[in-house]
Amino acid sequence: MLLLAIDTSAAATVALLRDDVVVARFGSADTRSHAEVLAPAVRRILAEAAVDGTDLDAVVAGVGPGPFTGLRAGLVTARTLGFVWGVPLHGVMSLDALAFDAVASGSLPAGSSFLAGTDARRGEVYWAAYRAPSDGHALPELLDGPRVGAAAGLPKGQPLVGRAASLYPGDVDGVPEFARADPDAASLGRVARLRLLAGEALRDTAPLYLRESDAQVPGPRKRATA
Amino acid sequence: MNRTEPLILGIESSCDETGVGIVRGTHLLTNTVSSSMDEHVRFGGVIPEIASRAHLEAFVPTLRAALADAAVTLEEIDAIAVTAGPGLSGALMVGVSAAKALAVATGKPLYAINHLVAHVGVGMVGGTFAGGLPPDLGALLVSGGHTEILRVGNIASDVELLGSTIDDAAGEAYDKTARILGLGYPGGPAIDRLAREGDPTAIRFPRGLSQPKYMGTAEHPGPHRYDWSFSGLKTAVARAVEQYEAAGLEVPVADIAASFQEAVVDVITSKAVLACRENGITNLLLGGGVAANRRLRELTGERCDAAGITLTVPSPSLCTDNGAMVAALGAQIVMNGGSPSGIAFGTNPSLPVTDIVLAAG
Ligand SMILES: [Zn+2]
Repeated sequence: MLLLAIDTSAAATVALLRDDVVVARFGSADTRSHAEVLAPAVRRILAEAAVDGTDLDAVVAGVGPGPFTGLRAGLVTARTLGFVWGVPLHGVMSLDALAFDAVASGSLPAGSSFLAGTDARRGEVYWAAYRAPSDGHALPELLDGPRVGAAAGLPKGQPLVGRAASLYPGDVDGVPEFARADPDAASLGRVARLRLLAGEALRDTAPLYLRESDAQVPGPRKRATA
Repeated sequence: MNRTEPLILGIESSCDETGVGIVRGTHLLTNTVSSSMDEHVRFGGVIPEIASRAHLEAFVPTLRAALADAAVTLEEIDAIAVTAGPGLSGALMVGVSAAKALAVATGKPLYAINHLVAHVGVGMVGGTFAGGLPPDLGALLVSGGHTEILRVGNIASDVELLGSTIDDAAGEAYDKTARILGLGYPGGPAIDRLAREGDPTAIRFPRGLSQPKYMGTAEHPGPHRYDWSFSGLKTAVARAVEQYEAAGLEVPVADIAASFQEAVVDVITSKAVLACRENGITNLLLGGGVAANRRLRELTGERCDAAGITLTVPSPSLCTDNGAMVAALGAQIVMNGGSPSGIAFGTNPSLPVTDIVLAAG
């Protein structure tokens, strides 16, 4: 199975996977230049692997939650590539990639509950609650979320993986080796592959904004009184 | 690449229209537009985040519809052009990301171009100028996002900004005034309609930046000889409304609308025609969404006539933001031998008109 995965929910990341092997990977920590770096990364990765887009079995996109502008750069890229190449397009919740990484590293006891959290800016985090698999399954189970809110309001007493841990160390119980981690396209691709192999339905690429746009309907003009 | 009659696909997303246009040389094949305007009505103006969300949802469907309408395939396309600026940052980012993905997936060259110059480039298609762009050309662009007067030496290589608004765009002034008068959004058509029933001389609203200290003389131009300012106008309208209300009188909405419109149109046309006369411009293109305004067209026509300037207005669907104008300018750049922009460029919300096409980094 040949997959191209893109996640721009935090960093801009791209990965090409052949079955469980990551053939090539790109990551940029700059969260403000997704529209610049993404397309060159896709072109370079495909060229280096001598893969034509039409050879892909699917394009996989991280659908967030994440800051809007960067998230959209990844989604419109994935949708356009999928359309032109005529290959299937799948969405994966970006926090699933973080949760998968944490479980795969063995940092969390089998069957234990934990949180994955990323930077939502404005003093808030995007987060979801998971349970680590206990029976040989590689995929953690989503228990709650995704949600957006203050780190102080997260469920207490559960370890947290993801950048939210280094941003709000006083509010959450961070797993040190994942305290600065962002969702990664390689892990996102692995999650998608395992779901496809298991015959599970994947989500579409509708973005998880979790917040309304900031727009406010203007109130009526104050009238001068006679 | 075919540089004599190139098949160009243009992408526009700088404001609230998702546009995909396709031209072959100067021949327009499709001008497909999806607008999020209806979603902005309750806010009385374009909300950037709403526009950006709509661009994401509209892009692939609009692309698909444009290809079908033009009956061409992506393999046949010679090059892609996209608006890199000026415009709303988050909105531009969607179209640029999509255009880059399209360039990667098709292997076609990509040209990152200037939205304002594309408003002029559109004159090459749709029968606007049958014999191509005329010499000594200027462009007056009036919309919800911009108000500019340009001198166009060569559409692909030499465009100069003579003047522009220093605050609100004219269309924005219409929207804000319409909100004060309770006329809804978009304000331009509503005010234009009501203004017919009102007296344009009822209230003398200010003509911004018209005082001698801003204008100077032709020999010694002031700091804003060809510039506009509309932010004081909405304040003046609000004050006028308050005065009627404070006096317990009925607000003469039609008279205010007509007087407001007269102030806007008077100052736009007088400064534009002055800029033309002093810069050797004898052909003027009027573009942008507000080019549909009845009074603006009328007064621009009268004053151009009096000054010996030939006025040309593209059809309404080519005046508002669209992908055909991006494709039309892209075709001119390709025919002029221009180099593609690569795929590493960034968007520029305040791209100057002198940057007609971005150079590869
Ligand atoms: Zn425009």
